[in-house]
Amino acid sequence: MTLTLNHYLFVSGLLFTIGFAGVMLRRNIIIIFMCLELMLNAANLSLVAFSRFNVGPDHLPNYNAQVLVFLIITVAAAEVAVGLAIIVALFRARQTTHVDDISSLKF
Amino acid sequence: MSPILFWVFSALMLIFGISVVVNRSPVASALSLVVSFLGLAALFVSLDAFFIGTIQVLVYAGAVMVLFLFIIMLLDLKAENRRKLNIAAWLGGGLVSLVFVAQLYAVLQRFPLGQQAFPAIKAGKIDDVREVGFILFSTHNLPFQVVGVLILVATVGVVILSKRELK
Repeated sequence: MTLTLNHYLFVSGLLFTIGFAGVMLRRNIIIIFMCLELMLNAANLSLVAFSRFNVGPDHLPNYNAQVLVFLIITVAAAEVAVGLAIIVALFRARQTTHVDDISSLKF
Repeated sequence: MSPILFWVFSALMLIFGISVVVNRSPVASALSLVVSFLGLAALFVSLDAFFIGTIQVLVYAGAVMVLFLFIIMLLDLKAENRRKLNIAAWLGGGLVSLVFVAQLYAVLQRFPLGQQAFPAIKAGKIDDVREVGFILFSTHNLPFQVVGVLILVATVGVVILSKRELK
């Protein structure tokens, strides 16, 4: 059996679904944040699979997709830093990380 | 890469991904996420993306997860006590996820291009760091600089957010 593009796309879709289910089902804000990272990484996996599938005339993968993955990883790292700072500020104000306890916009 | 290794690393990634969602303790979730990212890095290497696999380990499994564990330690989170399950939310979330997987399977069955094997690439060494760097600094130079500004803004934002009293 040889590996095809569909194998990678399906695994990537399953990882995305796990992250999505985590965001829907869990109520702890830090776990929700980790599941967002899982979803970003699932998108990266399908991008790299498409990059490897699209071999150009010079017999190299299409590196434009890998540049996009590089930018996604950079933006995700910045997002984690800002998001965790917001969670820390929230925890100082309300002493909870449970999203059901943080349902009002105004203190 | 042999199909066996693909299945081993996919299973590793997906099982520990599920373990992130079902674990009650945040520390166990974070450590499961590290293993899941390592499996993903192995899949990147199997697709001949050595540079992406390396920065996946360095940035995600290294820096980002250290940040997560540091925040969990700082907030002193315990394993959350059992609350009453919201049945409607669980049913709704599970249903949407199942429908998504079924939809994905149906779409991939009707995608003939995806049923072909990966074409062969140049034998021997691949300078993928050089290729990615060349494209990054020539074709995609503007997005690269915009990302630099974004990181600066994020750094300043984090410093402002972490101050004790906001003026």
